[in-house]
Amino acid sequence: MISPLSPRKYVIGAAIVLTAVLFVCRLFVIQVIDDSYIASAKDNSLRYVTLYPSRGLILDRKGREIVTNAASYDLMVTPRQTRGGFDTTVLCSILQIDTLQVEERMTAAKRYSWYKASAFYKQMSSEMYAVLQEQMHKLPGFYVQARTVRQYTRPIAPHLLGYVSEVNQNTIDSNPYYKMGDYIGVSGLEKAYEERLRGKKGCKIFLVDVHNVIKGSFEQGRFDSIAYPGENLTCTIDMDLQEYGETLMQRMRGSIVAIEPATGEILAMVSVPMYDPNMLVGKARSQNYQKLQEDTRKPLLNRATNAIYPPGSTFKPLQALVCLQEGGITEYTPFPCSGPSSVPIKCTHHHGSPVTLLNAIEQSCNPYFWHAFRSTLERSSSFKDNYNTWREDVLSFGYGTRLETDIPGILMGNIPTEAFFDRIYGPTGWRAMTIRSLSIGQGEISATPLQMANLAAIIANRGFYYPPHIVRTEEYNHRIESHVRAAHFNTVVEGLYRVTTAGTGRHYPVAGGAITWCGKTGTAQNAGNDHALFIAFAPKDNPQIAISVVVENAGFGATWAVPIASLMIEKYLTGNISNPALERKMIEFK
Amino acid sequence: MERQDNLLKNLDWFTIGLYLLLVLAGWVNIYAAVYNEEYQSILSLSQNYGRQLLWIGLSLVAAGICLTLDAKFYSVLSYPIYILVMLSLLAVPFLGEYSHGARSWFSIGPFKLQPSEFAKTATSLAMARFISSRPSYGKGGLPFKYLLMAGILIVIPPALILLQPDMGSCLVYVSFLLVLYRAGMPFAILGIGILAVVLFILSFLLDKALLTGLIVGGGILAAAISFRKFRPWFIGVAICTLIMVLAVSLNESMQLGYPLHLVMMVGAAAVCLVLGGLALLTHFRKAFLPLALVAGSLVFITSVDTLFDKLDTHQQERIEIMLHLKEDPYGVGYNTQQSLIAIGSGRLTGRGFLQGTQTKYDFVPEQSTDFIFCTIGEEWGFMGTCAVVTAFVVLLLRLITLAERQRSAFSQIYGYCVVAILFFHFFINIGMVIGLLPVIGIPLPFFSYGGSSLLAFTILIFIMLRLDASRREYFS
Repeated sequence: MISPLSPRKYVIGAAIVLTAVLFVCRLFVIQVIDDSYIASAKDNSLRYVTLYPSRGLILDRKGREIVTNAASYDLMVTPRQTRGGFDTTVLCSILQIDTLQVEERMTAAKRYSWYKASAFYKQMSSEMYAVLQEQMHKLPGFYVQARTVRQYTRPIAPHLLGYVSEVNQNTIDSNPYYKMGDYIGVSGLEKAYEERLRGKKGCKIFLVDVHNVIKGSFEQGRFDSIAYPGENLTCTIDMDLQEYGETLMQRMRGSIVAIEPATGEILAMVSVPMYDPNMLVGKARSQNYQKLQEDTRKPLLNRATNAIYPPGSTFKPLQALVCLQEGGITEYTPFPCSGPSSVPIKCTHHHGSPVTLLNAIEQSCNPYFWHAFRSTLERSSSFKDNYNTWREDVLSFGYGTRLETDIPGILMGNIPTEAFFDRIYGPTGWRAMTIRSLSIGQGEISATPLQMANLAAIIANRGFYYPPHIVRTEEYNHRIESHVRAAHFNTVVEGLYRVTTAGTGRHYPVAGGAITWCGKTGTAQNAGNDHALFIAFAPKDNPQIAISVVVENAGFGATWAVPIASLMIEKYLTGNISNPALERKMIEFK
Repeated sequence: MERQDNLLKNLDWFTIGLYLLLVLAGWVNIYAAVYNEEYQSILSLSQNYGRQLLWIGLSLVAAGICLTLDAKFYSVLSYPIYILVMLSLLAVPFLGEYSHGARSWFSIGPFKLQPSEFAKTATSLAMARFISSRPSYGKGGLPFKYLLMAGILIVIPPALILLQPDMGSCLVYVSFLLVLYRAGMPFAILGIGILAVVLFILSFLLDKALLTGLIVGGGILAAAISFRKFRPWFIGVAICTLIMVLAVSLNESMQLGYPLHLVMMVGAAAVCLVLGGLALLTHFRKAFLPLALVAGSLVFITSVDTLFDKLDTHQQERIEIMLHLKEDPYGVGYNTQQSLIAIGSGRLTGRGFLQGTQTKYDFVPEQSTDFIFCTIGEEWGFMGTCAVVTAFVVLLLRLITLAERQRSAFSQIYGYCVVAILFFHFFINIGMVIGLLPVIGIPLPFFSYGGSSLLAFTILIFIMLRLDASRREYFS
C-alpha cells in the first residue's frame, strides 16, 4: 500500500536505531570504559554493613553523665553465603547453644531472606566476640555487626529516662528511616527526643571473597555514607537530688517532683516503686519487662505524671487564690468554725472561731474553705457563670489540663465541667452545696504530682510558671500567667509560711530552721489508707525549689510527706543533711 | 490442507525465529538470575524459571491458536475484544489480588493473570479497526476529529489502569502517539510532547532564570531562522536584552526582592510583545509559532513545580534520582546504583553463565523481572548487551517492514501498534536499567519474568504474523 505518509517509516526506523545507538554507547561507557563499577575479582561479592551511630548521651544539669553507651555485638548471617557449609561445633561452643538452636536460628534467618543478612545471635558479650573473631574463617556467611546499647552510670530515674527497644513492624511501615533491627526510644526522654538522640545511620560497602574475608572497601568508599552520632542531651535533673529522693522513698509508694520555679526545669522526678534501668537493656530486656509488667506494685508506672490523686488540702491555697481573685472573700473575711461538729463539712482541727484566711490556711480549716467556695459561687445570681469562671481560674494553674511539657504521655487530671454536673444532677439540680467536696480538694477533683509541684512553683513565683520540662530547650522559655493577681499571692504565701512555722507542717523545719519555707499538707481520702500529700517551696523569698510529695497509703500528710520534702529541700539547697535520724526514719518507713 | 500449506509458506519465519531466540535467551537469563544451588530442578514450579518454562509452553500454544484463526476474525472481533478487556480492567481493582501496593492481578489457581498486559493488544486491535475504517486513511493526514476519537480509545485503558494503580503500564499508552504519527497526525503534536518532556527535565537541572533565558533565546533564534531574515532580529535581540537587563537591575537596585526567574518571566512577556509587534510590522506571520512556543514553554516551566507536587513521593524521588538531584545509594537510588554495578562488572565479555554475583546475591532487586537486563550485562558483558539491543532493533525493523508491506490498512496500523509498544518497552526498560531514565516498573519483552507479559507479547506478535500471512488476500 502506497501512501504519501510512507516517508514517516524512515523517521520511526531512525528513532529506533538512534535509541539503540544511544544505549550501546552508554553500555560501552559503563561496561568497557568506566571501570569504577567493576566489583573486582571473579568471586568477590559486596557486603553492606550498616553503620549504627552511637545514641546521644544524656547528661544531668551539672553535665554529669546519666546515660552512656556500651559496645555490643550482633552476629549476622546471610543464608545464601553459607552454602559451602559452616562449622556448627565452633558456633555452638562459642555461643553456648546447641545444634538444634543453630538450626532453628538458621531457619528463622532463611525465612526472613536468603540473600539479606539478619541477626543470628544478638548482643554477644565482648568475651564471645573476642573468641569468635578468631574463628570467623570457619563461618562463611557470618559477620559481626557492632552496635551500642544503653548503659546507666547510676540506676536512677528509669521512668523519666525511658528505654529503647527494637522497632516494631508498624513503625517500620510508617517511618522509612527505620529498618528491621533498629532501635527506637519507647518511653520517657528516649522517646520524646528520639530524633535528636538517634543520630543518622551510615552504610559501608565492603568487598568480600568466598572465604568471608573482607578484601577492602568497595570503590575506596565512594558509595559509603558515614554515621552521624546522636546529639547529647543535657537534662534538667540533678542526679544527686534524684538519687537522694529515690533512696528516701525506697520502701514507700508514691512520688516526688521538684521544680526550679524561675525556669520550670524539673530538678528531680521520683516515682517508687521503681526498677533498675539496666534491667531493660540487652538480652534480658523482654523477659524483665514482662516481670515488671506483672508486678502488682506497678513499678513501670510513672506515678509523678501518670497517677492521679485527689489533691485534698493541698488544693486549699489554690482555692484561696481563686476566691480572692473573684471577690468571694478578702483576707479579712471571717467564717465560723465549730470544729468537728461543723456542718456540712467537719473540721479536723481545733482552733478558735471565727477564722480568717491566714488562720484557715495555717489550720487547714475545712469549714472556712467551704464558706469561701460557696460565697464565691453564689456571689451573684448566675451560679453557673460563677462556677465556669472558678473552673477557668483553676485551669489557669495547670490543673485539669494537659501541661505543656516534653514528658510524653502525661495525664491531665480532672476539674469537672458544668456539663459533667448537669449530666449527673440535671441542669438545675446542683448548687454549691451539691459540689461542696470541691471546696477542700476532694470529690471529682484529681491531679498528678507534677501538677501539684507546678502549683507550688506558681505560688513561689507569685503568679506564673514556665512549662515544667526535663531537657533544656528554648521551647519552654515562655511565661504562662495564672488568672490571679500577684497581691493575692503575697497573702496566700504568708498563710503557707505559717503552716511551716505554726501549723500542720511545723515539726520538720528545713536545716533546723535555717531556711524559711512555705507549704501545705494534705491527706487524700481514697479506698485504702489515706495518701499523705505535701506541696512546698523554699526559701520563702526568692524561691529556688518547688516540690510536691505523695506517699501512698501513709495516712496523715504531716507525718511522712513533710519530712521528705524538708530533707529534699535541705539536700538541694545546702548539699548535706543536718538530721540523719530523720533520714533514717524515712528510709526505714514503717 | 491447501490453506494450511499457504499459511505455513506465507508465514514470516524470520520473525518467528527471532521471537524464539529472544524467548530462549530470556529464559536462560531468568534461570541465571534466580539460580540457586539448593533448588536445581529446572522444572520446579517453586522457582521463577520453572514457572516461566510453563508459561513459555502456554505462550507457544497461544501462538498456535493465533495462527490458526482466520485473519478476518481479528478485524471483525476487535471492538468486542476491546470492550471485554476494558471490563476486566474495570473489575481488577475490586476483585484482583493485592500485592506491592496495587491490585492488578487475577488469581487463577497457581497462576496470576494481569489484564493490563492484554489491554495493549486489545487497544492495538481497536485502534487498527478504527483508523482503517476511516475513509480518509492513506490519502494524507488524519482529520482532527478522528484523531480525537482515536485519542479516546487510547486514553480509556490507562485511565482504568490508574485505578489499580500501575504507573508503568499507563505510560505504555504514550507509545500509540507513534502509531498516530504514522497514520497522519501532524508532527507538531509529537514535537510538542517531546518539548514538554525536555523542558520538564531541564526545569529540574537548570536554574529557572537560566532556563527562562534559554527559552527566550531559543525562541528568537527559531523565529529568525524561520523567516531567514536576520537584521530585524538582531535589533529585536538587542531590545529584548535591554528589557531583561532593565527589569533585573530594577529589581536588584530597588531591592524589590522578587525571585530572579519571576522578573525574567515579566521581561520575557515584554519580549513576546515586542517581537509580536515586530512580526506584525514586518508581516512575518511565521513568527507567531515560535512566539507561542516561547510563551507556552514559560508557562509550562512555572507550572512544573505544581505538576511535580501532584506525583507520589516515590515517583518524585525516582525522577530526582535519575536527574542526580539526590544521591542516596542505600535508599531510593539503590536500585539504579546496584543495577549499574551489576552491568558494569560484566566488562567486555561478562563473567560467564551462572557466574554473576551481583544479580544473584539479591543486590539488585526485581532481578528476574524489571531488572533482568542486569543479569545479561553481568554474565554476558558488553557483547551480550549489544547482542540483545541488536536483536531488538532487528526485530523492530523487521516488524516495520512487515507493517509497510500490508495491503490492508487494518494490518498496517496493527503492525505499527506492535512496533510502537515493543519499542516503548525496550526504550523505557533498558533506559531505566542503565540509569538514563527514572525507575518505571515495566518489563523487558520476552526477558522479564512474568507469565502475563510473555503471553501478551506472544499474542501481540503472532496476531501480526497471522495478518501478514494473509497479506495477499484482501479484507476490510
